Amino acid sequence: MIIGGGAAGLRAAIAAAELDPKLDVAIVSKVYPMRSHTVSAEGGMAAVLRTDYDNFDLHAYDTIKGSDFLADQDAVEFFVKEAPKESIRLEHWGCPFSRDPDGRISVRAFGGMSVKRTLFATDKIGFHLLHTLFQTSLKFENIHRYDEWFTTSILVDNGRVDGVTAIDIRSGELASFLAKAVVIATGGCGRIYQFTTNGWIKTGDGMAMAYRAGVPLKDMEMVQYHPTLLPNTGILITEAARGEGGHLLNKDGERFLKKYVPNKMELGPRDILSRAEMTEIKEGRAFEGPYGSYVHLDLTHLGAGTIEAKLPFVKELAERYLGIDPVHEMIPVRPGQHYMMGGVHTDIHGYTGLPGLYAAGEMACVSMNGANRLGSNSLTECLVFGAEAGIGAAQYAARQGSPNFGNPVQGLALEEEKRIYDRVLKSERGEKISTIRAEMQKTMEEHVGIYRDENSLKQACGLIGDLKQRMKNAVVEDKDRVYNTDLVSALELDFMLDVAETIAYAALARKESRGAHARTDYPKRDDAQFLKHLVVYETETVPRIDTMPVSITRWKPEARVY
Amino acid sequence: MSQDIATIRVTRYRPEKDGKPFFQDYKVPYRKDMVVLDALNYIKANLDGTLTYRWSCRMGVCGSCGANVDGVPKLTCASFLHEFKGRTIKVEPLTHFSVIKDLVVNMDDFMHKLVEIKPWIIKEKESPPEEGEYRQSAEELERYAQFSSCINCMLCYSACPVYGLNEKFLGPAAIALAYRYIEDSRDEGKDVRFPIVHELEGVWECTLVGECSVVCPKGVDPMLAIQKTKILGATNALKSLVMPRGGK
Repeated sequence: MIIGGGAAGLRAAIAAAELDPKLDVAIVSKVYPMRSHTVSAEGGMAAVLRTDYDNFDLHAYDTIKGSDFLADQDAVEFFVKEAPKESIRLEHWGCPFSRDPDGRISVRAFGGMSVKRTLFATDKIGFHLLHTLFQTSLKFENIHRYDEWFTTSILVDNGRVDGVTAIDIRSGELASFLAKAVVIATGGCGRIYQFTTNGWIKTGDGMAMAYRAGVPLKDMEMVQYHPTLLPNTGILITEAARGEGGHLLNKDGERFLKKYVPNKMELGPRDILSRAEMTEIKEGRAFEGPYGSYVHLDLTHLGAGTIEAKLPFVKELAERYLGIDPVHEMIPVRPGQHYMMGGVHTDIHGYTGLPGLYAAGEMACVSMNGANRLGSNSLTECLVFGAEAGIGAAQYAARQGSPNFGNPVQGLALEEEKRIYDRVLKSERGEKISTIRAEMQKTMEEHVGIYRDENSLKQACGLIGDLKQRMKNAVVEDKDRVYNTDLVSALELDFMLDVAETIAYAALARKESRGAHARTDYPKRDDAQFLKHLVVYETETVPRIDTMPVSITRWKPEARVY
Repeated sequence: MSQDIATIRVTRYRPEKDGKPFFQDYKVPYRKDMVVLDALNYIKANLDGTLTYRWSCRMGVCGSCGANVDGVPKLTCASFLHEFKGRTIKVEPLTHFSVIKDLVVNMDDFMHKLVEIKPWIIKEKESPPEEGEYRQSAEELERYAQFSSCINCMLCYSACPVYGLNEKFLGPAAIALAYRYIEDSRDEGKDVRFPIVHELEGVWECTLVGECSVVCPKGVDPMLAIQKTKILGATNALKSLVMPRGGK
C-alpha cells in the first residue's frame, strides 16, 4: 500500500508492481495523482549522464558540500550511482526531455552543481515527470488506485504495520485498509508557513502519521528557503532561470552576490542566496513593494529565443501573475519556504525501522540532503528512493502473512472513527480552522524562518503548544459527510501542528548554524557538538530530541566556501 | 493597495441537504492581482467554511481548479477578479459533468478514457538503462511536445458540444494524449492505438467546433490532434487498400 501519488509514491508503486506481478499494489492519495505537488517542480533533475566531464564522486561531493556535511555519505553515494539509471528509465517511459542536436537529453547548470548535470524538459520537469509516471502506472493491472482518499492514521499492531485508516472523501466514510506493507510518500509540509511555494495539499500528513506511530522525524530544523518567489503569491520562479544565465540585482542594479558567493554567483546554493537577499533587504538595498521587500531577477539579457525555448513557464507565470514580460522587464523576487530536508527517518532502502513501514521522497529523510538540498536533486531522489522503498515493501510483503482485522487493529480503527466523527466533526463551540491555521503560519514565518534564535524559538514552541490545545475545540463548519473539505482541512491542520512543533523543538536544540539552519545566537557551524542528526520522537508532553550519527565515508567536513 | 469589492455568485449543491443547486452570493474585497480562486479561498476562510471546490498549486499546472467563470471554462487560479469589474462574477461547476458537491465535479469518465488510450510508451522490448537514452531529435520532440502539455483540467470537455451530446465520445484531451504517443518516435504502439481513436466514438465524432483549443489554458490544440489523427487514419486506410501488408 502506497500513501501518496506523487513522484516517490508512483515510482514505489511501479517498482513493487514490476517486482512481483502477483502482488496487489494500492495507491491511496488525497488528490488524483496528477494533481500531486511534484507537478510544480520546474528546473530539472540531476544525474551524471555526461561521463566525459562528470563523475559520481563529483556529484556526491557537490551534494555533500551543499548539505553542509550533514548528509549521510553512504546514502549520497548510493543515490548518485542510481540516479542515471532512474533518469534513463523515466526517459524510456516517455518523459519529453529537452534534447541536444545529437538527440541526447540536454543538461543545464544548477545551483551548487559544479558542472552541467541537470536534465530538463523546458522548465516543466515536475509536470512531465509526474504525468509520465502516472500514465506509465496505468499499464500495470496490479496497481489499484484509491483517488481522493485521505489517509488519517497508520495502524500498528504488536510492533508492526497492519495497514491504514482512510476517508473516502467523496462519500465521507472512513475505511480500514489492511496491508502487509505500507510506503508513505506524501511529500512536504510547506503550508505550515505563510509564504511558501508549496501547494495547498502540502500539509505534512505522512510525517505526522509516522511520528504518531512512533517513528522519529529527522533533521526537521532544516527548512529550505528558495531565493526566487514572486512576492505576491509565492509562485516559484525556477533556479533554471539562473542556470540559464539570469542575474540577481539589488536596487542599485548591483549583482550583490559577488559579496557573498563570488565564485558561484547566481549558481550558489539556495540557503546562502536566500540569506544574501535577506541581508540586502535588511541593509536597505532592496526594493519596497506592496508585499514587502524584494530584489530583481534579470533575464532580459538572455533574449527572447532562450527564454521561449528554455524558460517558457517562467515567461507564462511572470506574464500571467505579474503582467511582466521577462524578455524586457525584471522579475521581482524574494525568498520563501520551499522544501523540507528533514522528514521521516529511513535507511538507504526507505525502511523506517518500524516493521512494514517504508517512506520516500520529500517526506522522508534518508538523509541525502543534510542541512541544505541542492536544486534538481529532489526529483531524482524521489525516483531512486521511491523505487527502493517500493522494492523493500514488496519484498517484505512477500514474506508476511495477511494481517487480521481483529483486535487491536479493529479497536484502533474504531478509536480513529470516534476521533474524526465524534470529536473533530461534531465540535460546536470553538475557533475556526482558518484562524488557528493562520496563527500557526504566522508563528512559523516569524519565529522559525530564515533566521532563528533562542528567544524566537522558545516563543514558537510555546505558541504552537497553545495552538495544539486550541485545536482540540476547533469547529468544522461543514457537517456533511460528502466531500467535506472543511473536515479534511481540520485533520490536515492537526497534522501540521504536530510537524510544526517538531521543527521548532529541533531548531531550538541545534545550537549552531549549518546549511539552512541559521541561528543568530550561534552563527558558526559546530562540528564538535552538532555533526549529527537530531531526531524527534512524540511523547505524551513535548517532543523528545535524540541524536543519530552522520555517516561519513570519504569526504571529511571542511569549511563550506563557494 | 486599493481594494474593490467583488460579488461572487457561486453555485451551491449539497446532496445531503438540497434537492437542487442554487446560487449564493458573497462579497469579497480584492486587489488587482487577485484571482477567482483567491476569492473562493477568502470565502472559505472568512465567510463560509462549507463552500467546496478543488485546488492545489495556484500556478496553473496541477489542473484541479477548473470552473465555469462567467460562463466560460477556466482555471480559477488564472482568472483575475478585476477583469469582471462592476459585474457579478458567476462561478459554476464545469458543464457536462455530474456534480458531487458545489464546484466539485465527477471525473470518473475521463479517468477511464485515459486508460483506454493506453497513455504509455508501447515497445516490444525496453532497453536496459545501461544502454542510455533513446535518441530523439528536436524535430521529433516538436511533433508531440505541445500535446504532452495537457494538464487534465477538463476545461476542453466542458467546452466541447459533442461531448455534451454524447458522453461516449473519447473527447479532446484523451485524443490529444493518444496522438502525443502516436507521434512519439520512441513508441511502437500505433497499431494498438489507432483502432481506439478511430472507432465509432473516436475522432470521427468531432465536428471541428474547436472550442477545446480555445479554452485550453496550456496552449494545447486538441482539434489539431484530432485532424491529424483523422488524416493519418485515412492515409493508413488507403494504403491498406492499394498496397500489400497495408504499406508498412
